[in-house]
Amino acid sequence: MPVPAIEFQQVTFTRPGGRLVLDRFALTVEPGEVVALVGRSGAGKTTVLKLVNRLLLPESGAVIVEGRDTREWEPIRLRRRVGYVLQEVGLFPHMSVAENVAVVPRLERWDDDRIAPRVRELLDLVGLAEQQFATRWPDELSGGQRQRVGVARALAIDPPVLLMDEPFGALDPLTRAELHAEFRRIQQRVRKTVIIVTHDMAEAFALGDRVGVIDEGRLVACDRPAAMAVAQDPRVRRLLDAIPTIDARLKPA
Amino acid sequence: MTRLFAFWSSHGTELASLVGQHVLLVAASTLVAVAIAVPLGIFAARRPRIAAPLTATANIVQTIPSLAMFGFLLPVPLIGGVGARAALVVLICYALLPIVRTTIAGLRGIDPAIREAGVAMGMTSAELLRQVELPLALPSIVAGVRVAAVVGVGSATIAAAIGAGGLGEYIYRGLSMVDTTVILAGAIPAALLALAVDAVLLWLQRMLSSRRRRRSPRALASAAAVAFAVVLLTSGVAARWTSGAIVVGSKNFTEQLILGELLAQTLERDAGVSVDRRLNLGGTLICDRALTTGDIDMYVEYTGTALTAVFHQPVHNNPEVVFSSVRDLYARSGRTLLPPLGFNNTFAILVRGSDARSRRLRTIEDAVPEARRWRPGFGYEFVERPDGLAGLARTYGLRFAEAPRVMDLTLSYRALAAGQVDLIAGDATAGLIKGLDLVQLEDNRRYFPPYDAAIVARSATLLRYPDVRASLERLSGRISALDMRALNYAADVEHRDIPRIVREFLASLH
Repeated sequence: MPVPAIEFQQVTFTRPGGRLVLDRFALTVEPGEVVALVGRSGAGKTTVLKLVNRLLLPESGAVIVEGRDTREWEPIRLRRRVGYVLQEVGLFPHMSVAENVAVVPRLERWDDDRIAPRVRELLDLVGLAEQQFATRWPDELSGGQRQRVGVARALAIDPPVLLMDEPFGALDPLTRAELHAEFRRIQQRVRKTVIIVTHDMAEAFALGDRVGVIDEGRLVACDRPAAMAVAQDPRVRRLLDAIPTIDARLKPA
Repeated sequence: MTRLFAFWSSHGTELASLVGQHVLLVAASTLVAVAIAVPLGIFAARRPRIAAPLTATANIVQTIPSLAMFGFLLPVPLIGGVGARAALVVLICYALLPIVRTTIAGLRGIDPAIREAGVAMGMTSAELLRQVELPLALPSIVAGVRVAAVVGVGSATIAAAIGAGGLGEYIYRGLSMVDTTVILAGAIPAALLALAVDAVLLWLQRMLSSRRRRRSPRALASAAAVAFAVVLLTSGVAARWTSGAIVVGSKNFTEQLILGELLAQTLERDAGVSVDRRLNLGGTLICDRALTTGDIDMYVEYTGTALTAVFHQPVHNNPEVVFSSVRDLYARSGRTLLPPLGFNNTFAILVRGSDARSRRLRTIEDAVPEARRWRPGFGYEFVERPDGLAGLARTYGLRFAEAPRVMDLTLSYRALAAGQVDLIAGDATAGLIKGLDLVQLEDNRRYFPPYDAAIVARSATLLRYPDVRASLERLSGRISALDMRALNYAADVEHRDIPRIVREFLASLH
């Protein structure tokens, strides 16, 4: 049996203020799998991601990445094996697009003649023409373009794991749908182990191989989209019912 | 205006060297302050508990008036005393606050999400600082440097009070000569310099925040390197300019500037030594401290001043007694008082010539009834000294209509002539007495002790250079009160160049 890429073993995490964020949280993610975690704001989704790249350490229980407890990982090594895509703001405003994408390769002391082709390849992968975009500054990009750069940056040194925190949250619906398709295309090529967190059930259905629901710090359900769609658990149904459908509104009262 | 340009063109080399000293003082102090304040700011930005007391301390330092700060530093070994070193210390202290504050603000102002992105990408804290935090805080830090440098240009003018040179030299010289042209000759370039520094750093700040730049850290580093090289180079020059064998000091009024120049020229010509002039050094206490610490080797003091203001002894009226007791007191602290130069610069109670003639005033006693309607003006020293105002008022029963206006001694002559005050305590040898038609009232109750001018020098220096002592002693008894008044008149009223006045006078002695 292959080693799971990421495993949460009964993880409990409390904020410094004392608020319980995760309560005996358990989740196993297989290599190459995309798990989309859904929950309302403040449900502890971002905490889950930060536990993977050791921005946070669990209070009890353990997070195992590639077979090793995050406590035993050297944090810098671990973080460079885990790509991270943040909501909206994560690009460095004082660096051009190409410089942003090249940040981790430079940290890894790659040669310039290795970095340049890699940046070109990555921009191409995320659908941005290098000639047009490489020298632009983040504030000269649209929201969707910025997210593409964020993905390219996270993939720069080909890390096996990718964490995505509400990556498409601030985008208009059309751009978002476009990026969802783009994400699936990229994932088919790169086959990363991915955890995406979102508050939008529709997005989770669109992206996840499995969809997990977090409620009050616990993973209450985690299954393939088809199975989730017919779940009876009220905590899951609540989120499902929040998905807007056109006919629900157009129906006469 | 034409006089101003004439002054500049006739003092071209001096002006250039003063501007150079000024730039050097500001550049060196600002660079050192950056080197201290930026790491301090980085350190404090991460520890809020340190940041608050740190900025509070820096705030307090900045509220100390600069002249007072120079005063505090005078007796401090190593960093204190007079000269460029102490001035640098003061200027550095002033520059620290704005830079620390903007460094902290710049770092604190960074979006936490951006910092977190860096950490999540596996940056070590050093990498995060160098690649993310400092570049983003740079415009803010440069804004602080800009404030520090502009304030520094202003504060550096005060450095002339402790002999550190710079454009303040002209301002102080102008104040002592009561000559606005000379004041402006220093003040205008200083203001232009401040504007230029402001413009250059503003441009740099804009460049940095406009983001349309590549490799800015490298460009900035090379700019800093160039600036540093300039500072090193000029400080080499500066070192040469301060390394004269004998340092002659003087207080900050015309007569003292003349006497300082007179000692310097005598030494250069008769003893063949090189002389470093630290003229224009604030008041009596600054000169005395500088002599004690060895920052200067000699200056001209007045026996009565030494007795009361330096040694805190009671006032005495007999010149011989005063001279010998002052000589003994100096000898105990390793200093030698040479025989008097020949004139007594006692305090002179002065009134306008018109008042003296119309009211037939000859003595201080004559003026007592008039004084009830008068407003007096006195220098700072006269108000404080034990042989000053309090004793005078007691001796003569003097009462005035108003509390005295305390003002710069040299300005008080003009204030009297212009009718802003009605009675002042000036120097008996002041050239302006003749120039402004003032009349000295006789001290008929012999209140003022003798103020015989005499050279006081470090005994060690005199022992090391016997020629110096011999050439200085040849000046004893050669300068009469009339001579001194004429010399002062030439400088204060005719606005003639002091080195030339002195050269002519020395030539006439032989």
